[in-house]
Amino acid sequence: MRADHPNREGRWAWRLTGAITVCVYIFMFAPILATVVLSFNASMFGGFPLTGFSLRWYEKLLTNEPVLDAFRTSMWIALVTATVTTLLGIMAALALVRFEFRGKQAINTLVILPALVPETILGVGLLVMIKAVDQPRSMTLLVLGHILLTLPYVVLIVQARMVGIKRSYEEAALSLGAPRVSTFREITLPLLIPAVLASVLLAFTISFDNTSASLFWRPAGVETMPTQILSMLKISISPEVNALGTVMILLTVGIPLAGGLVLQSLTWFKAGK
Amino acid sequence: MHDDNSHDQQPRPASAGADGDPLAQSERQPIGKPAVEFRDIDIFYGKFAAVRDFSLAIRKGSFVTLLGPSGCGKTTILRSIAGLVDISGGQISIGGKRVDDIPIYKRNIGLVFQNYALFPHKNVFDNVAFGLKYRNVPKPEIVRRVKKALDMVRLPGSETKLPSQLSGGQQQRIALARAIVFEPEVLLLDEPLSALDANMREDMRVEIKKIQRETGITAIFVTHDQEEALSMSDHIVVMNAGLIEQIGSPAQVYDQPATAFVANFLGKANMLPGSVTAMDGKMATIALATGHVVKAAAPKALATGSAVTVVVRPQKLTVGTAGAANRLAGRIVSTSYLGGNAVYEIDIGAGTLVRANTLIDGQPLREGEAVDVCFDPLGCVLLDAQGLRIA
Repeated sequence: MRADHPNREGRWAWRLTGAITVCVYIFMFAPILATVVLSFNASMFGGFPLTGFSLRWYEKLLTNEPVLDAFRTSMWIALVTATVTTLLGIMAALALVRFEFRGKQAINTLVILPALVPETILGVGLLVMIKAVDQPRSMTLLVLGHILLTLPYVVLIVQARMVGIKRSYEEAALSLGAPRVSTFREITLPLLIPAVLASVLLAFTISFDNTSASLFWRPAGVETMPTQILSMLKISISPEVNALGTVMILLTVGIPLAGGLVLQSLTWFKAGK
Repeated sequence: MHDDNSHDQQPRPASAGADGDPLAQSERQPIGKPAVEFRDIDIFYGKFAAVRDFSLAIRKGSFVTLLGPSGCGKTTILRSIAGLVDISGGQISIGGKRVDDIPIYKRNIGLVFQNYALFPHKNVFDNVAFGLKYRNVPKPEIVRRVKKALDMVRLPGSETKLPSQLSGGQQQRIALARAIVFEPEVLLLDEPLSALDANMREDMRVEIKKIQRETGITAIFVTHDQEEALSMSDHIVVMNAGLIEQIGSPAQVYDQPATAFVANFLGKANMLPGSVTAMDGKMATIALATGHVVKAAAPKALATGSAVTVVVRPQKLTVGTAGAANRLAGRIVSTSYLGGNAVYEIDIGAGTLVRANTLIDGQPLREGEAVDVCFDPLGCVLLDAQGLRIA
């Protein structure tokens, strides 16, 4: 909304605000834009100048077995992580919001802690622990690590929503004759849906994007998308990396956007408070 | 937020007097099984006793109000019937069956909340049908009964609306329909009117009472609002600090408060401490702490010198009436003109203020005027030194 500024000073302030905003946006989106634009560049080198429009790097990507492997691996890890984390997160949030028990405050803090510790430290920590109990690095370990990384965010999201769901909704359902499981299924869960959807998307994105911790945890010979890109970059900045980057941008931006649209289509969510 | 004593109650009609009240009689000697019965209920939150020694039998089809200030335990009692609060001692029966170990969803009770608690993601039909669905009522029957319930709360045809499309009053009607549609054994109402605005509140008061009478359902109503309690109830249970202060009909608790708390909580009574100086049959002569000497009817002989408190309702105090037995000289400190009547605060000496609520014709008396306040020796209640009514 543009305010009406009758005086000179106000007009200038408005223009200056606009200019700074544009600069910030350019700064934020230029790298993304460059990656996307360069992925369609016909040139052999992964940089400017542009020599022509081409989809050849995408074609090349589709025949690049290691990249496809890494893509499949990352998808699987992200899907499993998102599912398990969301389930755990709902349970944890339920316990932390709806029940009173000893040490609740401590557990509340501990659950959030992995989000505060630097990822690299977590990565090394888990690795050291695994070595101490003499276990090999495995896919299970990698997935467990990703669950550890994403759980705090999911618990926070579900908790925030849970606090907003009045307990009297559940009490009303119980008083009307719905047993506890039915009450959860018919009342609590539907009201939690926005948070559940947000959790799945966020956990998926965090897992799919994760680089530093995955570097420590992946078993020998396994690459995730980010680690695959890293190793490709060791050789050269090939235009193929730009194409791969564009695919990742599409996935990690597109999925949450789609989720938001789904949420908006739930009319009661809009209508409710 | 809500001032219970913002203005005083009008006097009850004499026909509703305590002695002739048939409901009060049956309360003492319940006929058949009571709809809800509490026996020696204690409820503790950790070490804090929210309710102690609560015993009450509620007759089928009656409207009982739990009245008291916040924190008095009234909501805790209501929630214990529902099974939302665990009792620490005693037993609760619904329809003659002990329910202490029965989970809430098997208790067959209707619950209406202060904040309506309609399921926001379900439309009106699904909200009202919810209880029927869990009682395995066949679909055509559900449709029929939901329609009947919506007719009863005067919102027919609202089946497809979402709660967010309804006003507060409408939401509370739907909540009421949802709670009565499956014919529960008892309807529990937890301050259902306090979230509504003043006009709506009075309409809903009448409506709830009407529906309760039509359906013949046993209702337990929790409120801190004395007007709601007096206007809706068959019986009022006045509670304070986890204990019952008095159980009785509205007229009983208003005209014959059992304790100083009840006298004060319902309608801001005038409390005049003093001591007995003489007894003449059933009439006590009392020297008030303010220096006045008054006569008051005593139900039994009182020892000379015993400390008593004379309780007089503001409506029983008249201003400047000639020839009345008890006359206290004073000066008007404040006047509140309320149209047909006026409330005066009168300084009767020794720093004692009394309130008089009298019918007026024309101009009220002005502040600063010297007046006599009078009351009939039969129009007051005597409390003993412990604050209990002398009976």
